[in-house]
Amino acid sequence: MNRFLLPAGIFAALVALLFVGIQRAPNKSVIASPLIGKPAPQFELPVLGSAETFANESMGGRWYLLNVWGTWCAECRREHDMLLEIASRGEVPIVGLNWKDDPAAAQQWLEQLGNPYVIIPADREGRVAIDWGVYGAPETFLIDDRGIVRYKHVGALHPLAWESEFLPRIRGVK
Amino acid sequence: MRIHHQPWTAVLLSLLLGLSMTSAFAIDPIELADPALQERYRSLTHELRCMQCQNQSIADSPVGLAGDLRREVRELLEAGKSDVEIRDHLSARYGDFILFRPRWSWRTAWLWLTPALLLALGLFVAVRIVRQRAALVDQAGDNDNEGAGR
Repeated sequence: MNRFLLPAGIFAALVALLFVGIQRAPNKSVIASPLIGKPAPQFELPVLGSAETFANESMGGRWYLLNVWGTWCAECRREHDMLLEIASRGEVPIVGLNWKDDPAAAQQWLEQLGNPYVIIPADREGRVAIDWGVYGAPETFLIDDRGIVRYKHVGALHPLAWESEFLPRIRGVK
Repeated sequence: MRIHHQPWTAVLLSLLLGLSMTSAFAIDPIELADPALQERYRSLTHELRCMQCQNQSIADSPVGLAGDLRREVRELLEAGKSDVEIRDHLSARYGDFILFRPRWSWRTAWLWLTPALLLALGLFVAVRIVRQRAALVDQAGDNDNEGAGR
């Protein structure tokens, strides 16, 4: 009797470990960003359709969203109405990082669908996207008034994520 | 019309074949000037995960982001960064998930130590069982001898 106790105990422990592992296994399509809680990576990029440049440093003191998008990205199109909605409420400005896109196509997209962005820095070479750990569009970062990355949403923004993750942080509840 | 098999057609064919072979094995045709750097570039790009395709390394993936990450690695190598610095640079942006080979830390200690612990445990159990059996066989042998002596 006693000689089965140890193997049975080890087996039970293993089952428990694997069970907890499966329960806690992160959703593989969403990879936690190591930038959360850290200062937002600085960048300066040309503004879409303009000779000027934009540095995100200039957003200092204000909360803002950094939305990574491209006209080649189907999910971005699905997300667009949500962005327009957020922009119309005026709670937080949206900076639209145009990632590895054709400037003409990007401008045409905005003319047709509407422009939710306060400014559109164009990252044609994808270097800024790497600094921000972007691995797929759309991605949306929330940056606070001290320039700290507070949250990152991967995939198209939806009302549930907006109300449960973004708004509480902006309003200082979370 | 007669077809002349000229020697240069054979050369051309083998050249074309050679070209298609290399493109099948290397997505990234860019070579660094320094062979030592090129070797480090090769090994680093094979141990970094393509975040878009997840089960491929950035060396094997044709997607745009993998190409951008290869460029990043190349530039960091050319800037004289060490392998450790390059891994740190990328994991600071993408998290440890980008590293196929988990780093040693207190969070990953169990990952590295469990196999050794399990092996030690298995050896311990095996040795005990073998000793017990050996003792049993000795005992049985003694009994047989006693029986034969009678």
